[in-house]
Amino acid sequence: MNNALRYLFFLLVVRPIVLIVLGLNVRRRELLPDEGPAIVVANHNSHLDAIVLMTLFGMGRLKIVHPVTAADYFLKKRWLAWFSTKIIGILPLERNVAGMRSDPLAGICEGLDRGEILILFPEGSRGQPEELAEFRTGIAHLAKRYPQVPIVPVFLHGLGKALPRGEGILVPFFVDIFVGERIEWTGKRDEFMLALETSFDELSHEGHRPEWE
Amino acid sequence: MMQSLLTWLSSWTRLDHLTREVGITLGGIAIALVVASVLVRFLKRLKPERDDMELRLRIRTWWVIAWLFGLAVVLSPKTSVGFLGFVSFLALKEYLSLIPTRRADRRVLFWAYLAIPFQYYWAYSGWYGMFVIFIPVYLFLFLPARMVSIGQTDGFLRAVGTLNWGLMTTVFSLSHTAALLMMKVSETPRVAASWPDTANTVAPGVGLLVLLVLLTQFNDVAQYIWGKSFGRIRVAPRVSPGKTLAGLLGGIGSTVVLATLLGPWLTILDWRRAAMAGVLVAVGGFAGDLSISALKRDLGVKDSGASLPGHGGILDRVDSLTYTAPICFHFVYYCYG
Repeated sequence: MNNALRYLFFLLVVRPIVLIVLGLNVRRRELLPDEGPAIVVANHNSHLDAIVLMTLFGMGRLKIVHPVTAADYFLKKRWLAWFSTKIIGILPLERNVAGMRSDPLAGICEGLDRGEILILFPEGSRGQPEELAEFRTGIAHLAKRYPQVPIVPVFLHGLGKALPRGEGILVPFFVDIFVGERIEWTGKRDEFMLALETSFDELSHEGHRPEWE
Repeated sequence: MMQSLLTWLSSWTRLDHLTREVGITLGGIAIALVVASVLVRFLKRLKPERDDMELRLRIRTWWVIAWLFGLAVVLSPKTSVGFLGFVSFLALKEYLSLIPTRRADRRVLFWAYLAIPFQYYWAYSGWYGMFVIFIPVYLFLFLPARMVSIGQTDGFLRAVGTLNWGLMTTVFSLSHTAALLMMKVSETPRVAASWPDTANTVAPGVGLLVLLVLLTQFNDVAQYIWGKSFGRIRVAPRVSPGKTLAGLLGGIGSTVVLATLLGPWLTILDWRRAAMAGVLVAVGGFAGDLSISALKRDLGVKDSGASLPGHGGILDRVDSLTYTAPICFHFVYYCYG
């Protein structure tokens, strides 16, 4: 029942909005992982980021694609929790790990063990629209535990203009999507984080980004 | 309830607005595309080492455009106007995604998008007065006022100028295609309408729209081919180095010939008016093409987008039409409206 609802929601609501109202321009789509387990790492500007990235994998792979998002935000209200977990299909992640007894990455690891494609936002929050914030290091822990799982960086431009934080009205803008080469785990956390940041820096300077002040 | 729903649905498909000539012309466009596709295959066999990927993509996209346009036109005036409005939406979206905008103006841009359904409704319903003033009077005054109400004066002038020019080209100009489609011949026209043989004498618009779009796109291709073959003297070296005098003159000549041959048979235009329309399309198309080239050069981009493989973006395709549509419409409207 939920799966059918999720499928219909993406087919009839998400895809028309993402492909017609917004419109995507994807560079190097072929670098996206074909199958799970895999991790897609993206910059975060808008609630739309996750569903736009999910549409990149088509309706056929909807079942195995899940965004990892903040438990404290999306599980707060009952209807939002139902909608996020059952319809969008999020994997909730606890952001405040200080003093936590259990493994905060356990949910993600289970997802990878099930062979899913997970979408992660290492900035941790949407932040200022169309600005890249510092990355958190949780992704490096995952890379260390799963060195064989491909980690693919994807830079999104435009969604922070279309629906930034705190805004309720969607204003149509074309979305530019730049897919980068997969980042390998080299054995050192700092090296991995530097490689990830360098990749995003390059991707973010690739296309034409008009001023938005 | 069910009855009215069915009536409403069937209003989107009515074939009685079509003339035999429009059908034949659309068939002719299909044949021209078949010839182009076959020719490219043939050239590939002749010179296998040449890279013709771009050309093949371009022709494939032409097929898609021709199918969509043909289908929209054939089904009913309602679907045609809906399709043209959608093209305006895509063009405005591309324009606003390309230019620098102010964070504060997000909601102003939303109002600009909202203008599209209204503008095309005025065209569809034939409310001519509202159609010609809605954007240049009401929106061009309302949008800056809305910006002022936000209170950010930094970059105000540039924001007003760029937004108004975007609406002018992508919405106001392009909506003249819909106005041409819905146009009615007045009871006392300045020039007597010469109806094509088999047409009913009610709806001249479909033929006029097909002629406008066909001539505009034909002129683009003709200018390109003449320029490639004989072009030496550059006419706008700093805006678009590829534009040459031979291309411009050859384009004008070819377009006038096609207009004079096709116009009197397909539409209410007599051969003199058709030839004049040909000149207007050729010169207007050239200017429209250059104005979008200048815009792209100013922003430092090569293509306006990537929605149409082999062509670039939507604006790259409708660039000429942003000039030819309003110019041609007002020429025809002056003579027959």
